[in-house]
Order: sequence, then structure tokens, then C-alpha cells
Amino acid sequence: MTMTAHQETIDQADQPLLRVRGLSKHYGMITGCRDVSFEMRPGEVLGIVGESGSGKTTLLNCLSGRLPPSQGRVEFNASRHGLVDIYDLSEPDRRRMQREDWGFVHQNPRDGLRMRVSGGANVAEPLMNLGRRHYGDMRQASLDWLNRVELDLSRIDDKPRTYSGGMQQRVQIARNLIHAPRLVFMDEPTGGLDVSVQARLLDLMRELVRDLGLAAILVTHDMAVARLMADRLMVMKSGAVVETGLTDQVLDDPQHPYTQLLVSSVLQI
Amino acid sequence: MNAQSNDAALTATSNSPERYYTYGYLDEQTKRMIRRAILKAVAIPGYQVPFGSREMPVPYGWGTGGIQLTAAIIGPDDVYKCIDQGADDTTNAVSIRRFFAKVADVATTEDTAEATIIQSRHRIPEHPLKDGQIMVFQVPQPEPLRGLEPREMETRAMHAYEEYGLQYVSLYENVSAFGRIAATAGYPVMVDERYLMSPSPIPKFDNPKLHNSQALMLFGAGREKRIYAIPPHTTVRSLDFEDYPFETQKWEESCALCAADDSYLDEVVLDDQGQRMFVCSDSHYCSDRRAQGLRGPMAGHELVDIDKDAGQ
Repeated sequence: MTMTAHQETIDQADQPLLRVRGLSKHYGMITGCRDVSFEMRPGEVLGIVGESGSGKTTLLNCLSGRLPPSQGRVEFNASRHGLVDIYDLSEPDRRRMQREDWGFVHQNPRDGLRMRVSGGANVAEPLMNLGRRHYGDMRQASLDWLNRVELDLSRIDDKPRTYSGGMQQRVQIARNLIHAPRLVFMDEPTGGLDVSVQARLLDLMRELVRDLGLAAILVTHDMAVARLMADRLMVMKSGAVVETGLTDQVLDDPQHPYTQLLVSSVLQI
Repeated sequence: MNAQSNDAALTATSNSPERYYTYGYLDEQTKRMIRRAILKAVAIPGYQVPFGSREMPVPYGWGTGGIQLTAAIIGPDDVYKCIDQGADDTTNAVSIRRFFAKVADVATTEDTAEATIIQSRHRIPEHPLKDGQIMVFQVPQPEPLRGLEPREMETRAMHAYEEYGLQYVSLYENVSAFGRIAATAGYPVMVDERYLMSPSPIPKFDNPKLHNSQALMLFGAGREKRIYAIPPHTTVRSLDFEDYPFETQKWEESCALCAADDSYLDEVVLDDQGQRMFVCSDSHYCSDRRAQGLRGPMAGHELVDIDKDAGQ
């Protein structure tokens, strides 16, 4: 009995968290992304970089179950189902898996937050979605998380529209981490923020991701963000992955001409 | 007395086929469609059944959903009662009651126990409902999740997959703002532990009356084109938190006219000096108690007597 349980945990750890094979998405004649394959381990942060229109967001949407791909498989090691193709799951199962195992941080916090309810309720909502029904506990949990993302706790009952952009983004991050997801998708999480707020937010995210041992997929066009956050990089151009490797390796020794161009175009101060 | 003789006169002609074709205002096909929706709603307690809502001779918001439901279920043997804010004598209640007295030749009443169909928006009568009675509610917004989730596709999916965590966000907001669940009307309920349902804007005081009711409860939203139902003897649970259990409203006062301390009270401002009175919102319940000789502190007051004279 204990042997099998032990064996299972080993299998679980041995399996990839996410396995993508031959993923393509076409919008009619237009290619969103084509023939993308990769694997991810638990605790790994994968950066997807590339210029605007290179298919980063299409790929992220396909991976996160929001956009069925034209071809290929997206297999996720779900806590309830094991390693399954997310598009083979029934809709209620997939929605439950998205609620329980995933987080999604949007570029624009207005897309990821409920603007009509308070910041505290926004942070506590994932807990209620998972069936928690004790107000005091949830209140404490959201206070703890707002504290972790360094938000002024006296603002907990204010509506997100009264927050600054950086505060909104931090609330969104707290909301997506409170239920201890296994994988977090981030679509340009620091996109609309000024540089000083960006730096603090990046610092915070790096800390949280490391502390919690989270796996994350980070889409960005900002090389500095990729360097700071990601363990591994995938460089995309015209819907295809042109180069993959460890972040430092890709950025310090780019092989593909496009990656070389990308790295050399980063502005220096 | 007058109403009685009118009814007799109309019943004489009401057996002719011409009279029956549009009996109860709606044509037969429409009534058939609504009855099918009602049957489906009764079969799946709390589920919102879409239906082809018709234009009614009153504007949306004045009870078109309830009128269509009543028109589809009413028959010449029925006794019809209509209340608005608990009162039988307000404009909307009187108009709708006259409407059905005219188009369906039914007897009307103010007596809750005597009625077979009771149409209402804001209240469930205080007098306990019994087997065989039907409550018809006029619902403005049938979707309890609408305030939090504006997308219809999304709320339908949430109902289908029983994902009701979101509703608790509104309760959370209540507790964080007021220290208690302050929502008072249209308080969300779980029907048969399956479907989340908005019980029309009845005060939460009336929510316990939905639970295991002997009467059939029908809900119609004319503008939103939805019908839903609570069949008799169905479990209805008001949502709450483990540490903030569901509570109904309570008053320190009792009714100024009939001294009732167990009914839903309306506050009436009497002058600009801060004088006010609390009075039963259910007018029939109150007058019934007064007829039994129960008197509150303001019974026989000059203001009340003036009102009484005007009524006669």
C-alpha cells in the first residue's frame, strides 16, 4: 500500500507538468502559431519571447484552454486526472481544472479582476470557487495575501478602480496565487506599468514563484523581464519557435539570426 | 356583492366557443407554450426555462411575466388574489385583479386562505399557504448571478456545472462592508441543493416560507423571458457563511394597527417631526387580525379612521 503510494509520488514527480506536441493554430489562412512542442517540469518558469504578432498570445491562449488549437495536443498533469489532453476533458472538468490548478495573470488587470467588487473579495473569490464557506478564514487569507504582495491593508475594501495600475496588478497576482495553483500563465504581467513599479513587481513575482515552487509560463516582449524571471526561453517568430534553451544561454549566445537581432535591439542606458 | 352578480352574468356566456378561444386573454397556442415551460420548470426545480414571452397590455416591469403565468393556468373555478407590496388595495394589484376578473371570469378575493392563485411581486402572504394553492411571482431579474457576471453564456455554464462560488462574493462584500449579510430582498437560495435561484424581490423574511412549502411557487420574468418554479415540498436553502448564518429581519416594534409581532412590517413616516408607525405589509393579514379584535397602539387613531372612511 505504502509502496504503491510512494511509487505514485515518484511517477507524479517524474512526469512533466505540461507536454505540448505539434501545436498549431490557424485563423483561416493566417497562421497564429505552428508546430510548437515542448515540455515543462514542476517549478519551472518558461519565458516566451518574440515581437508583436509572433504568435505568443495565441500560443498562451491555446495552452490555457481558452482557444482550441487547429492541430496538436496540450497535455497537463492535472491533480484530479493525471496527464491528460486538456481538450479531451469535458467542459466542466476542464473548467474545474482551470479553477483548481491554474492561475491566469492578464496584461490588463481590468481583464483579470472584477471591477465591481472590492479588492479583498477579488482575492478571496478563488477560495469561494473552491467551496470555502467560512468568511473569517477567507478574510484572513486575503489579508495575508495582500500583505505578501505589499498592498496597503487599509485599502482591502476599496474597489479596484480606486487603485493605481501597479496596485491592481498586485491584486491580480494575489488573486491568482491564493489557491496555490500548480501552473500560472502570465501575459505580459508588467506591460502597462512604469519602470520603477515594474522592477518592484518583478522582484515580488520572482520571490513568490521561487517560494511557492510554482511553474509559470510568462509571455513577454521585454528581454529584461525574461532574463529576470525565466529559467528557460522560447523565442518565437511568425508563429514558429526559432530557438529554445536556458535563458542565459539564449540571451548571451543567441544562435538564430532573429534572436541575435532581438537581443541586440534591447535598449541600453 | 356586486362582483358576485357580475360573475354570474359572465359565466352564462362563458361556455360558448368564442368566449373560450382567448379565455384568459392569451390565445391557446401561447398558453400551451407557457404550460410546457411551466411543466419543465416544475420538473427541474429552480432551473430557468426560456419561453416566448408575449406583449401584454401593461409595460414590462409591471408584472408581465406573472400575468402570463396566471393567464396560462387560470380557469373559471379559480379564486384569484393579487397583491403588490403585500397590499391588496394598491393600484397595480387592483388593476391586475380587475383584468383577470374581466378576461377570465374568475372570482377574486383578498382572503389568502380562500384564493387558489395568488399573484405577487414583493411578498408571500403571512397566512400559511396550503396544498392546492399556487403562488405566481412577477420577477424583474431572474438571474441571481447577473450583477456579478454580465455574460449570459457564462452564467448558463455556471448553472449547468453548478459553479456557484461567485454568488458568495456578493455575500462577502456585504459582510466586509456592513459586518453582516445586509442583503434584504431577492436573497439568493439553493433549490433542491442543485440550482441557484433568485426568489424575485421578496424580503428575506419570506425566504423560509419557500422551504418545504405546500403550495406550488411559479416565477415569471416577462422581459427576461424566463419561467422557473419551486414545486411543493422542495428543499430551499438561503445561502450563508459558516460564521455568518442566514437570518431574517426582526423588528423591535409590533404592528401599530393589529399588534402583530410576527409579520413583516413597513415603516410609515407620519409627519416631519420624526413620528412614524410600523404596520403589517400584508394588508389582509392585518385587517383579519383587527376583525378578530386585536388592537395595536394606533388602532382607532384619527389618521387610520380617515383612511378607513376613504376606503368605504
